[in-house]
Amino acid sequence: MTDAPLRRTSLYAEHVAAGARIVPFAGWEMPVQYTGIVDEHTAVRTAAGLFDASHMGELELRGEYSGHVVDYLTTNDTKKLVDGQAQYTCAVNESGTILDDLIVYRVAADRWLIVCNAGNHDKISALFAKAAENHCEFSDQSDKTALIALQGPKAFDVLALAGADAAKLHDLPGFHFRDAVIANVRCTASRTGYTGEDGVEIFCAWDDAPTLWRSLLELGRSMGVSPGVSPGVKCAGLGARDTLRLEARLSLYGNDIDETTNPLEAGLGWIVKLDKGDFVGRAALQEIKAKPLARKLVGFEMTGRGVGRHGYPLRDLDGKEVGICTSGGPAPTVGKSIGLGYLPSAMCDVGTKFLVDCRGKNIDAVVVKTPFYKRTKEAKEGSAK
Amino acid sequence: MTVPADLKYTKDHEWTQSAGGEMTIGITAFAVEQLGDITLVNLDVKAGDVIAAGKAFGTIESVKTLSDLFAPVSGKIVKVNADLEKRPELVNEDCYGKGWMVVIAPSEPAESAKLMDATAYGEYLKTAAH
Repeated sequence: MTDAPLRRTSLYAEHVAAGARIVPFAGWEMPVQYTGIVDEHTAVRTAAGLFDASHMGELELRGEYSGHVVDYLTTNDTKKLVDGQAQYTCAVNESGTILDDLIVYRVAADRWLIVCNAGNHDKISALFAKAAENHCEFSDQSDKTALIALQGPKAFDVLALAGADAAKLHDLPGFHFRDAVIANVRCTASRTGYTGEDGVEIFCAWDDAPTLWRSLLELGRSMGVSPGVSPGVKCAGLGARDTLRLEARLSLYGNDIDETTNPLEAGLGWIVKLDKGDFVGRAALQEIKAKPLARKLVGFEMTGRGVGRHGYPLRDLDGKEVGICTSGGPAPTVGKSIGLGYLPSAMCDVGTKFLVDCRGKNIDAVVVKTPFYKRTKEAKEGSAK
Repeated sequence: MTVPADLKYTKDHEWTQSAGGEMTIGITAFAVEQLGDITLVNLDVKAGDVIAAGKAFGTIESVKTLSDLFAPVSGKIVKVNADLEKRPELVNEDCYGKGWMVVIAPSEPAESAKLMDATAYGEYLKTAAH
């Protein structure tokens, strides 16, 4: 990374006022926690949490051929999308390894929005800008666009109090989005997230974010005031974002996936559509798919006393190094110490025992089914009331 | 931030309490706040072990990260807090009491003399906070 000064989102003062601990993250000063990771994690699982994701990049492509450019640079099939629909996908290089995981939004046939990770913003912005040359208009909207995620089973109860239009957002199907007015702020609301819970991600103008943030917290305070019931909405930081996404087995770029991993071994084969027509990396991915995978990203649970962390070696029961842990930590809702890591395909069956080398100590672990956490049907119905 | 006046402190945010030739060691409220929710305390020493100042005697896993526990002085381990194996949350709840880690019989008095008193540690925290 460069030595460029750290940037702040328009919500920085809100975070500081709320007592957040601020850490550098992908070139930004971001809140890692407010009241505590477990507390915030639990709030998102049982009520609702509010995340500042304004550090993420937003790229816009417009014009008759914009859809073709997006489709050529990404592995999923954008031709399946209708106006107002979003899609999880990734961009790979010619050798089939992952440049970034993305969500693409089809605003209209001739207007697309790409949301990329903050840490990959410069690379992905340059990639799309270059591909757009002579084909369509490209504009990087990242500096103008704030992103707030409202996640949790009470997310739509909060929105129900945020105005007539916001109250209707529960009709939005998953991975769909539309323009909306939430607490008098014009925005675009998308039924997506990175927590394993229901909820929305809200794009708004950079300078409108503090008003929206404060309003959502205030509405949260007006709910759930009865004794023993936690406030409706809590601020949640990067720490809780990480434990929540890990329980839901959502990949973190830079940990579980990067330019040394391909989407097939990362368990992201479902976003690779080899038959959709030509796209960057297709030939390499076809070749990878034609052979058995050497390794796969699997979920595991620690059965011994220890915590797997990013970068720890994974060993077979004879102690031979066979893989690497990419993410790991105590999982507050699951109540266990869990992780993700690459293991040889022969060791990827659920129930396979292996060892995590926790700084020189080999601790027992076992391959388990993922996601580690899945929200219940009741919770889904409850939130859609 | 609680900094009890009767304890001595290290730059690694450990507290020590000396009595009768023995020194009880734990981590400070500042350390606990930095770590967040503690999920595992691994004490890698047992009574009778000899340890040198600055060597790790265990690790603390919080939801966020892993940290080492360093011996503030050289000496022989007198006892370890076995309760922490089952109840690591004692460190969050009562870091200066039930969350103690180990008791050492110091062998080098000069090392103990270098520990910070509460005033010096309080000043140190002001510089460490940002």
